Order: sequence, then structure tokens, then C-alpha cells
Amino acid sequence: MSGTKPSSLWPVAIQWSAPRTVTAVIIIALLAVLPMIASALESSYYVSFATRVLIYALAAIGLNFILGFGGMVSLGHAMYVLLGAYAVAIPASHGVTSGFIHVALAVGVCVPLASGFGAVALRTSGIAFIMITLAFAQMLFFGAVSLKDYGGDDGLTVAARSTLGGLDLTNNTTLYYAVLVTVLLALYLSWRAVLSPFGLVLRATKSNPRRATALGHPIFRYQLTAYVASAVVCAVAGVLLANLTLFASPAYGAWTLSGELIVIVILGGLGTVFGPVVGAIILLALEETLPTLIDATLPDYKSNWMLLLGLFIFFVALLLKRGVFGSLPASVRGERSKPELP
Amino acid sequence: MTTQLALSQLLNGLQLGVLLFLLAAGLTLVFGIMSFVNLAHGSLYMLGAYFGAAAFANTDSFVLAIIAAVGGAGLVGLLLDRFALTKLYARDHLDQVLATFGLILFFNELIRIIWGPSSVFISAPKALGGTIDIGGFTYPSYRFAIIAAGLAVALGLYVLIQKTRVGMLIRAGATNANMVAALGVNIKWLNTLVFALGAALAGLAGVMAGPIVSVQPGMGEPVLILTLVVIIIGGLGSIRGAFFAALIVGVVDTLGRAFMPTIMRSLMERSTADAAGPALASMLIYLFMAVVLAVKPQGLFPANVAATR
Repeated sequence: MSGTKPSSLWPVAIQWSAPRTVTAVIIIALLAVLPMIASALESSYYVSFATRVLIYALAAIGLNFILGFGGMVSLGHAMYVLLGAYAVAIPASHGVTSGFIHVALAVGVCVPLASGFGAVALRTSGIAFIMITLAFAQMLFFGAVSLKDYGGDDGLTVAARSTLGGLDLTNNTTLYYAVLVTVLLALYLSWRAVLSPFGLVLRATKSNPRRATALGHPIFRYQLTAYVASAVVCAVAGVLLANLTLFASPAYGAWTLSGELIVIVILGGLGTVFGPVVGAIILLALEETLPTLIDATLPDYKSNWMLLLGLFIFFVALLLKRGVFGSLPASVRGERSKPELP
Repeated sequence: MTTQLALSQLLNGLQLGVLLFLLAAGLTLVFGIMSFVNLAHGSLYMLGAYFGAAAFANTDSFVLAIIAAVGGAGLVGLLLDRFALTKLYARDHLDQVLATFGLILFFNELIRIIWGPSSVFISAPKALGGTIDIGGFTYPSYRFAIIAAGLAVALGLYVLIQKTRVGMLIRAGATNANMVAALGVNIKWLNTLVFALGAALAGLAGVMAGPIVSVQPGMGEPVLILTLVVIIIGGLGSIRGAFFAALIVGVVDTLGRAFMPTIMRSLMERSTADAAGPALASMLIYLFMAVVLAVKPQGLFPANVAATR
């Protein structure tokens, strides 16, 4: 019912009682207190698991920006995660442990690379775009495999977590909160970007590129900017992932990971800002519990849980058109919300 | 000696090319008519190899292996089309990519459950086990047979599509499926036929590749990605494009891997070349694709398809 007045911080009135908003707030609140719950249960494993979920969510937020709002189906976004991970691992192997340098390197390499890839890929659209992004990702994947000095196929272990000013990332809880803050920042930025005039044009290119062009918008520039921005978010996710696992490997850029990122976006709800977080929670929780679940019933097939995951993804694509978070009403019943946001 | 090496690498490239064509033909036809992206096409290739290997292990006959592979993969394709995928044809590419991505995981795991995680064995037929000698140049006769069989299938496809009534319907369906349906052709039946044909060709490629690659779960993915590159370079929906692009990709990839390190070594220091050579070789076809798309976004031989939407 009541909406906060638009201010410079909140560009639109938020319906605090709308189901989507309530769900998002509850999830964020739970995530904020999760380390305390985990320490009360004395199971620190959950903290590192939740960190991983949030890192996947971050990468998916990046992908969602172009997939959900720009209609660009990139099947290669894991390559930027790979890039970010190696931006930590390679300097670290030379003794450079500063997190600022790692992030600067990741972003500094990612921007020109994504600009180049994006400029070529955006010459195509539809199915060709899907496949060319996949091919670029494969290219980077094989590039990483051939880095024999840096582990090649086997990957590269990172000796220690990045140093980040006064933050002690070696503490799992500190790392968790660093990741959580990054995710919240990414959520806020993408929410603002989607509602901005830039986002308006971006969404227009999704629903009808020809009309957007006819209105005089140089859509290529908008799409390329969005593509590069989303790549940067994924690269930051890669930096965090290498910090969590203390490992970087070509497998981070495998095309199956790109596929999983798409699954997360769809599962959460295409075209919702918060959807990727929900999607990441569901998918990773499923990957975590399926083996245990099968072990309890059919122990012989414990290692074959991917069969069920495959079927699950298939039916998600077939039946779940709006995603889990996307199926929640965006506005309070009876009121028509103008845009379907967040 | 060097010409010998170059010649045999060229033939290896052609052999990879015709295998890629068998896969690309089905994929590009399905895309042309149904505007459907089938990432699980690589799984049909894998299934073909496994069906063939199973038949070969039981009967010791390569001919039966081929029949089992083609028939089995074609049947799986038919069932997939009828029971799983029809609903997806009208959906957007995103849903199709996602659903078939799920199918890949499913099939890989299914194979692992049935045949186990390690690779299974299938050998070339005895009659083709030797080598062929042309004026001092020797080359395995089985690989020759693959090239010949691939070219024969290409010719057969050409005749089927250009000279027969079914082929005419397929071409018409690729141009405007709705119009063909409006003219009273059962488009569902046509879709199923094309899908099963593509699956059978993928199965054939799988069983023919069986003796020279390792037959294992997940063997479809690397080939699938090469195939996608082929149909993009060739122009989506174009069989002719798929044929030439497959040969180009096969030869470029093989020659690149064979000679790139040597070429690099003559250009720069040995240590740098040894590191960069293999990397550049495996990136070569992707670079090639990027160049093609930068110059001709529709591919080299764009089909006159309305379905490039």
C-alpha cells in the first residue's frame, strides 16, 4: 500500500508489502545473519557454501543484465569468471597479493576484451549470437588450458587470499560479508541501471530492436555497453571465486558453467533484478542435496545425480516460464504496478 | 617427407571435415525448418557411437554396428521430437538452449549408468584395417573410407533435397513453414522426418568416428561446439554452406594443430613459440569464425531463410 517517496537514492516508489519485495527483504535479512546461525550450529561449512551461492548469484546478476533486460543470450559468460579467477591466480603466483591490483587487473583486461568480443558478437543476433559467444568462451578456455607455465589443464592453486586494505579475507566470515556486500551493490546498481533512461532503451532493444532503432537510438552502443558492464560483474565474481576456492582452473570457463548461469537466471525469473539470487540458491541447494537424497534411496546411483539435474533443467525450460521469483506478484493485489520491477 | 606429412594431415582434415558435415547437416536442417537450436545434437552423436559399439561387441560386424547406430540414433531422434521437443519449436531460442542443455546432462549421465564411465572399444572393420599405398604415400584405408562415405552421404543429401518431392517440401519448409502448412502439407510429419534424419546422420558420424576417437560419456560436446562453428560459418540453415564450412573448419583445425607450433617457432623464440603455438592452434577456427562474422554476419553461404529471426 504505502510506497516510499522517490528520492535520489530510490528512483521509484517501492511497494514494501508486495510479495516480491517481501521475499527479497526476507532473503537478504537471512543472508545477513547467516554466519551467526552457522556459528550457533557450529557448522562453518554453511558459510563457505553460502559464499559460493552468492558468487554464482553475482555472476548471474551480471548475465541477467543483458539476458533478462537486453535479450542477449550469451552462452559464454563463464569466460569472464575464468578471467577474473586468473587475474587473482597469476599475479599471486608471482607474489602480488594485493586485492586492489587483482580487481584492477580483472577489470582492466575484461573491458577491452569484452568490448572486442561484444563488438564482433553483436554484429549477429538470435541464435548466431548464442553460438558466437559460446565459441569465444571456448577460445578463452583453450587459451587457459595452454598456459603451461600457469598449470595448464590442471589449473593453478592460489597461495593465499587477496589482501584488501584492513579487511582480513582469510577469515571465512569476513570473506562472506565482502561477497554479500558486493552482491547487494551489484543488485542496487543493476536495479538503478534498469530503471534509468539507459535501461529503458536497453529493454526497448529487447522487445523490439527495429522500433528502438527507428526511434533514433543507436542500439549497438547501448547493447555493447550493457554487454561490457555485465562482463565486468562476472569478472569480479571470478576474482571472488578464486579467493574462496584458492584455485583457478580452465574449468571455471567451461561452457557448462555458462549454461548453469543461464539456468540460474531463468530459474529465478527472467527480467527481475533479484531473480538471480533466488535462482542461485535453488540450483546450488539442489546440486548439494541431490547426491545425499539419492544416497538415501538408491546408493548405487549416488554419483549419477546429474541425470536428475538434467531432467530438472529440461522441465524448468519447458514449464517454468516466469521463474520462481518472477512468479511472485510484483505489486500488491488490486494495484496494477506500472513496470514489472524489480 | 614434408609433403607426405602435409598430404596426410590434409586428408586428416578432410576426414574431420566430412564427420563435421554429417553433424552439421542435421543441425542446420533442423534449424532451417523449425528454427530450433538443438544443443543435444552432440548427444545423438554419442548415442550413435555407443549403439554401434554395443552392436559391434555382440556381433563383431561393422555393418551391423552402422545399422544399429543409424537406426538407434534416428529412433531416439524420432522419440525426442514426438514426445519432448515439439512444444519447444515455437518457443524462443533461450528456452530451447536451456532444455537441450538439460538433455545433454541427462544423456551423458544415462550413458554413464548403462555403459560405465570409462571408454568402450570399437575397432575398424578388418577389411579396412590396413593402409592404402599411392606411389609411396601411405594412408590408413579406414580414414579413406570415412572420407568416401561422407562424400557419398553429402551427394545423397544433395539428390534428396534438390531432386525429390520430400526434398522440395524441406526446402519450402525452410523458406516459409507456415505457408507450407497452409498449403496442406503435414508440417509436423515433415518436422519429425527432418529431425530423425538429422539424428540418424549424427549417429552415423558417431559410429564412424568410434574407431578413431575414444567412445566415452561427454564425447559429444567438443564435436558439438565445432559443429556449431561450422553452421555459423556456413550460414544458418544452408546445407551447401555446412558442407564447405565443414571441410574448411576440418582442414584449418587439423593443419593448424599440426603446423602452427612449427611456424611459430620460425617466427619467434622457441620457448615463447612452444607456449603460444598450441594455444593459437586451438583458437584458430574461432578466430576464423570471428573474422568471417565480422565480414559477413550471415555466414559464407547464407541460406535464403526467413527463419533467421
